[in-house]
Amino acid sequence: MNPILEVKDLTKHYPEVKAVDGISFAIEPGICFGLLGPNGAGKTTAIEVIEGILQPTSGEIFYKGRRRGHSFKNEVGIQFQNTELPQFLTVKETLLTFRNLYDRRADITNLIETCRLEDILKRDNRKISGGQKQRLLLAMALSNDPELLFLDEPTTGLDPQARRHLWDIVHRIKAMKRTIVLTTHYMEEAEILCDHIGIIDNGKIIAMGTPGGLLKEHCGGTTISLSASIDDSILKDFPCRWFRKEDHIEIQTTSPNECLYRLVELGVDLSSMNVRNQNLEDLFLKITGHELRA
Amino acid sequence: MLNRIWTLFKARNIEFLRDRSAFAWNILFPIFVIVGFSVLFNDERQILYKVGVVGSEQAAGNIEDAQLSRFRKMKYIDFIPFKSEDQAVAKLLHHRIDLLINQKDGTYWTSKTSPKGYIAEHLFKSSSFIPNTDLKKESVHGVEIPYIEWLFPGILGMNMMFSALFGVGYVVVNYRKNGVLKRMSVTPLRPWEFLSSQIMSRMYLLLLTTAIVFIGCKLIYGFQVRGSYLTLFLVFCLGGFSMISLALVVASRSSSEEFAGGILNLITWPMMFLSEVWFSLEGSEPWVQHASKVFPLTQMIDAARKIMNDGAGIQDVQSNILILAAMSLVFVVMGSMLFKWQKD
Repeated sequence: MNPILEVKDLTKHYPEVKAVDGISFAIEPGICFGLLGPNGAGKTTAIEVIEGILQPTSGEIFYKGRRRGHSFKNEVGIQFQNTELPQFLTVKETLLTFRNLYDRRADITNLIETCRLEDILKRDNRKISGGQKQRLLLAMALSNDPELLFLDEPTTGLDPQARRHLWDIVHRIKAMKRTIVLTTHYMEEAEILCDHIGIIDNGKIIAMGTPGGLLKEHCGGTTISLSASIDDSILKDFPCRWFRKEDHIEIQTTSPNECLYRLVELGVDLSSMNVRNQNLEDLFLKITGHELRA
Repeated sequence: MLNRIWTLFKARNIEFLRDRSAFAWNILFPIFVIVGFSVLFNDERQILYKVGVVGSEQAAGNIEDAQLSRFRKMKYIDFIPFKSEDQAVAKLLHHRIDLLINQKDGTYWTSKTSPKGYIAEHLFKSSSFIPNTDLKKESVHGVEIPYIEWLFPGILGMNMMFSALFGVGYVVVNYRKNGVLKRMSVTPLRPWEFLSSQIMSRMYLLLLTTAIVFIGCKLIYGFQVRGSYLTLFLVFCLGGFSMISLALVVASRSSSEEFAGGILNLITWPMMFLSEVWFSLEGSEPWVQHASKVFPLTQMIDAARKIMNDGAGIQDVQSNILILAAMSLVFVVMGSMLFKWQKD
């Protein structure tokens, strides 16, 4: 299948920093593609260059096999990380205002229903919660019934419940066979929403594939978490890879039995131990040596 | 295209009309100023000089009764009695009064540095002269314009200037600062469509608030418009348009309200003082009079006064109209060329 979006060797350099440093990927229609990386990795810069907000330093971007033309703005939907809403307008007025800026428009009833805005339609923008604001911004991004939707960290700053509500909406959009490009630094979000992910750090894509494929390829093992009170000297010659995190120590291993025997031999207190399968966060830690949410 | 402009026009109008404090201020401010000035410049209370008096009038020594009596009958001078000389001298030193007379012995004091004191002194001294019978008094012919009617076009113009410059300037800068413009930039909306909607919306609101103030003041004071309402409307439209366009130039790139506010103050204050809103520039340095012509407010107020006060027709204000149209064109082109959706 021909990709709906293709990015070739894209760079965006500033005098002091290479924010995007030669990234390439292609996205098939109907999937959710996630750019996963820590703050400052270059996700937002990359997505804004693709959206046309920023000019690239070099590289090529193809939408439906062609360079982006004026129709690109009519056919894609965009949700920024931080956007204030016009003051003194209600939710419905804001949605209608932005919807009317497009030549092609989504059905307003479906839009309201999809983004669950029924209860706040008459509410002033200044009086809606963070989660409601994100749902309105998402509805605005969908107001032209886009084929390709860009969501830049849509759940950052939301409480767990609001985040889950937003995930539900993204699932609905996926069910409508829309293509989504999403940036996030939440591993869980990428695992739940994305069919394909690119892990980005320091402006480069360091791993790409399906979440399952990447885990299978890079993280076949187990992660053991221990109390942070253990002294580093005890684990000095420990046979497995380990990392000290903010409030605990993590050991990554493919032989948990051997690892646990060794810990018992060293007399480590295992009373607060946690054992789990590895996830994308472990993958990121393994590849880059630092945490995803640093 | 028209649909996008119409949509943003409506949205901006709703924002303005729901921001009740801004709406009320746009209407009440000029009314306050006009009411205030009509009270201040009421003939009964229009005081030009303040003269302090000490000592009993009956006990006048050196001052002839006739002189004092003539002086006290002069209009526009307020005579303020003081109990003690020291107290009155202190007031004079602080320029709270312009002249001090001791009625008892005829002594008087003025401040050497006070121009008003100088005039008051000469008025006082001249009151002792017998009027020259060779002088002949004539009344001026033609229509005498009450001060409030001269002032009114200036106040309307000033209100339009503040509303146009700060209203449009701050709104666009604020839209840019908080990302609303960035969000609009990823829709098919073109810069000129956005700018047109802002101009149209502010024009509508300017004319609406000006009409409310105009009708309100006309009902209160019953002043006359001696020229054509249509020509006056055209002048206000062009004046408003040129000042809104000027605001778009100021707001074309900045995302800092402090910076934009500084620039707007830099424009509005000289414009207010040199556009004859409050006082005529008659007799001031020629270069000041020439310099004042570069302001759209000067052109608008000049034309409005000619129409309202003198009954001028469209041909009499032709030059003002052409200059305003040219300024509007220059500002609109500059504003469009400089405009940026996002922060630098």
